[in-house]
Order: sequence, then C-alpha cells, then structure tokens
Amino acid sequence: MLFLILRRLAYAAPIALGVSIVCFSLVYLAPGDPLQTVLPADATADVIALVKHEYGFDKPIPVQFGLWLWHVLQGDFGVSIGSRRPVIDEVLGSLRNTLLLTGFAVPIAFAVGYILGAIAGCTPGKWIDRVVTGAAVMGVSVPNYWLGIVMVITFAVELSWLPATGMGPRGSDAFSIFSADDLRYLVMPVFTLSMVPVGIIARSTRAAVAEIRGQDFVTTLRAKGLSEFAVIRHVLKNALPQVLAVMGLQFGYLMGGSILIETVFTWPGSGFLLAKAIINRDIPVLQGAILLLSLVFVATNLVVDLLQTAIDPRIRRA
Amino acid sequence: MAQAITAHPSDLQADTLPATLVRGYWGSVAYRLRHDPITLAFGAIILAIVLCAAFAPLIAPFDPYQDSVIGRLKPFGWRGHLIGTDELGRDLLTRIIYGGRISLLMGLAPVAIATMVGGSLGILAGFAGGKVNMGIMRTMDVFYAFPSVLLAVAISGAMGGGIGNGMIALSLVFVPALCRISETATTQIRNLDFIEAARASGAGTFTILRYHVLGNVLGPIFIYASSLVSVSILLASGLSFLGLGVKPPEPDWGLMLSTLRQSIYVNPWICAMPGVAIFVTSICFNLVSDGIRAAMDVRM
Repeated sequence: MLFLILRRLAYAAPIALGVSIVCFSLVYLAPGDPLQTVLPADATADVIALVKHEYGFDKPIPVQFGLWLWHVLQGDFGVSIGSRRPVIDEVLGSLRNTLLLTGFAVPIAFAVGYILGAIAGCTPGKWIDRVVTGAAVMGVSVPNYWLGIVMVITFAVELSWLPATGMGPRGSDAFSIFSADDLRYLVMPVFTLSMVPVGIIARSTRAAVAEIRGQDFVTTLRAKGLSEFAVIRHVLKNALPQVLAVMGLQFGYLMGGSILIETVFTWPGSGFLLAKAIINRDIPVLQGAILLLSLVFVATNLVVDLLQTAIDPRIRRA
Repeated sequence: MAQAITAHPSDLQADTLPATLVRGYWGSVAYRLRHDPITLAFGAIILAIVLCAAFAPLIAPFDPYQDSVIGRLKPFGWRGHLIGTDELGRDLLTRIIYGGRISLLMGLAPVAIATMVGGSLGILAGFAGGKVNMGIMRTMDVFYAFPSVLLAVAISGAMGGGIGNGMIALSLVFVPALCRISETATTQIRNLDFIEAARASGAGTFTILRYHVLGNVLGPIFIYASSLVSVSILLASGLSFLGLGVKPPEPDWGLMLSTLRQSIYVNPWICAMPGVAIFVTSICFNLVSDGIRAAMDVRM
C-alpha cells in the first residue's frame, strides 16, 4: 500500500507542475502587457523599465517561472491589484465558503443519486426506471445557474420563504452552520449545486448496478437461496467503488465549477472571487485562485484513487 | 441461424429470419433508430430549433434590436409579444429565436474543432506509441487536471472574453477527453491481427490509418463528441452569463439570462425564459446522443 501511495504521488507531482505552468502562462494569454493594469497610462520609459525590473519582467521567462514557483511554494501568490491584500488570504477565505457549499452538496447528491440509481438499476425497463432515468437526464442537462435563478424567483421573490442571495447580515466570517438562520442562506445554493451531480451519480449507479446484476456471482447468490434483498445488498456493495470514484470527481468539479452558482447567489466563495477578478482584470487573483482550485482538484483525484484502491482490493492486484 | 445463412435468397424475405441477419451494420443502426420514438422525437425538436435559428428573419415576429422605452419587461402576450419583452423593451421570443444562432454555433463548433484536434492527436499517440504517446498523453493529463468550467473560465477570462476566445477556450477544454478516447481505441485496434494482416499484404502506414484505424475509432469518437454538444452549450451560455462570451446587444441565451437577472423583482418569469431555451436544447442533444449510442452499440 505504501508503495502504491508513493507511486500515485510520483504520478501526481508532474501533473501539479504542469498545472502551475498553465496557470503561470495565463498572464501571457492576456491581451497587452501584463503590466498594463499597474502602470499609469502616461508612464515614461524609465518608469516602465523600473517597474518591469521590480516585478521581474525583465528576466527570461523560464527564470520568471522559477521565481514565481519559488514564491508560490512559500505561499506568496502576490498582491491583489483590486484590494491590495495578499492573494493567498483572499483565495483561502473564499475557498472556505466554497467548501461549505460543496461539503453539503456532494454528500446530499451522493445519497440521493445512489438511491435513485440503485432503484432504477434494480428495475430495468419498469416505469420507475424510466422516471429516474428521465429525471437524471434532466439533472445533467439543466443549466444550473438558470435553475438557481428559477429557485430565487420561486422561493425568494414569489413565496419569500428563503433569502435570495448572500451569506446573511453578519457576513461570511460570522457564518455558522449551527445557526438555523444562517443555514437558510445555504438551502438554495446547495440544492442548485447538487442537481447536476445527482443526475451524474444516478446515471452511473444505474449503469453499474445493471451491469453487476448480470454477472455470474449474482446468479450464484440467488441459487444459494439468498433473499432478493440480500442479493441487492451484495450488488450495491460491488457498485460502490465505481460510484465513489464518480463522486470524488464531482467534488473536484464543484469546487472549481461553482463559479456560476456563486455568481447567481452572490455567495462569496472562490468562484465569485474569480468572477470579480475577471471583471476587474485582476490577474494575480485570477492566477492564484485557478492554481489553488486546480491543485484541490488534483489532490481530490489522488485521494479518490487511493480510497478506491483501499476499498476494492481487486484494483490493487490488477 | 446457420440454416438461415445458407438459405436460398428467396427465403430471405421470410418473416421468421432474425432482423440482424439481413441488415448490414448501418442498416441495423438505422433500423434501431427508426424504432426509437424518444430519439426521433427529440431529434425532430433539434431540427426545429436549428431551422428556427437558420431562418430567424423569416420566423421571428419582431426586429431583435428594436427597443421601446414604454414596452420594457411587459408580461406574456402584451401587444402581440408572445412571451413578453426584455429590459429594453425588445421582443423576447424574437431574441430567443435569434439567440439560437450563437448558442448552437457555440455548442457545435468547439466540439467539432476539438474532435478534429483531439481525435488526430489521440490516433497519432495511439498509433505511434512509445515516446510520442508519452509526450502527448502526459500533456493531456495536465489539462485533464482542471475542472472543465474552471479551465474554460480561466482561458477565456485571461484572453478577455468574446465569441472567438470563448470558442478557443471551449475547444481546449474538450481536446483532452477526445484525445484520450481516440488514443484508447487506437491502441486497442493497433495490436489486433487484421492490422498485421493488412501490413503483411503490403498496405502502407497511411492506408492502414485511413481505412483500418480510422474506420474503427471513428465510432467511439463520434459518440463521445455527440455527448459533449450539450455540455458545450451549457458551458458557452455560462461564459456569456459571466460576461465572457457574446457582447451586448447581440442576442445570446446566456447573456440574456445575465441581463434579465437584474429584473427578477419586476417581472420574474419573463427573466427565466432564455434558460428554458438552453434547457430544452441541452436535453434534446443529450437524449439524441444517448439514442445514437444505443443504436450504434458502442461501448466505452
């Protein structure tokens, strides 16, 4: 097992390096000079040269990358052009708020999707299977930010049951999941965010359960005289590793993909920060947020991989 | 079965013959599609949406840019505006019909570009093997390490938005997955005996690639690409929603949602309408893709 962990780590390290190279080059994708945003329009050539030197832009690009990476490894992502605060503080604070959303959305999506998918997989062709499959297709097809708007219209504008946006009057720092008032702000974003993963998890559970039900060992279990309930338990247990892998991927996707939902609900998470950074052309924040979110994604994939191996010994032997 | 194969040709018309024996591969795909009412129905809706977008000037009841100060955010049916007017008093139905042009383009073009680029890279990697494979596939792994929404936003955000940049960003998002699919399919095919047989009978690399490899990997690539169209529509409208796609006053479903969102307290349900168009289009492409996959019987 230790060898396996080391091997997976050795595989993830170059990917993390590649990810940081992509994030670094984002600066050069931006139209115009990367210094344009910090320099005044009437800067003289001397000032430009000075600032270039200050920021290290006069060095060759590989050297610049090395310096940047060195700073990043020490937790120094530069300073936000908009707020003048260190990028790392801004990103980590917002990451916590996004984690709050995904932390609720992913387990809920898993529970709902797994149960629905299992029911559909055990009754292939029946009406209930058709209903679940249809609902799952709608789940994966829905533009979730539109669903968010519809939720706001229904429950905030028309019914006034739930708050439309934000994290409550006390702000994000005072937000507590143990306060019922604060939790009301979570309901709509979490529901909206979990819709797509519910569809994806239900679809993959259904496929896994249907496939496993056709395997020989299930026939053996039935021949042994096991009750249908016990057989289904065996089937579900065998489908679990595959579905867990899908769930892990979804967690990573939601961490990086909640940008639209956070914009709709003005939720001060990493996606909202990213959207703001794009509007303000705040490249250091853009770079830092994308790098950290992608590294979270890489780390999640690694953990999922290892967990899957730990749960299912067949993978280890293969 | 064996009897049926050796039967006299006149017996082939007999009803008792299994359907698969008389049809070729494409024949049986068409047969299965013809007997799949769901795929046919949703395919028809896609056709209708495409036709609406293509012939927008003939179908749309109003001018998509004609605004009106007194007619802002009017309800369903107001003065002939079937689903009301938007925040500048323009006819919403007209704008949705015109909006289909960009939304469909943004759904199909990135997938088409990514299929060509990713598919060729994957075939190259799978066929060449060795160091070329390593180089291509490890590079793809890096792009695979970004959540798709994040990568699309990052690239088009850094490049400054717009339709062209959005298209580049979305194509880049889809290339790694398509590359992986075609690499896997090519690697499987490459080691099969019939490739060896073709080489032994004097076929050059190009001929083998053209006839034997391409003929076998195109199916999985096509199926996978078709499932991406709906993702691409959702992502593209998401980019527009964030202000990274189409620029106003151009009609686009994502952009319309974003500008109408400010008005949900004035006339809430009008504001949700462009999203219905995105939702319906996306469901149709997903279901048709599922149907084609089942009909072509491709496993991935």
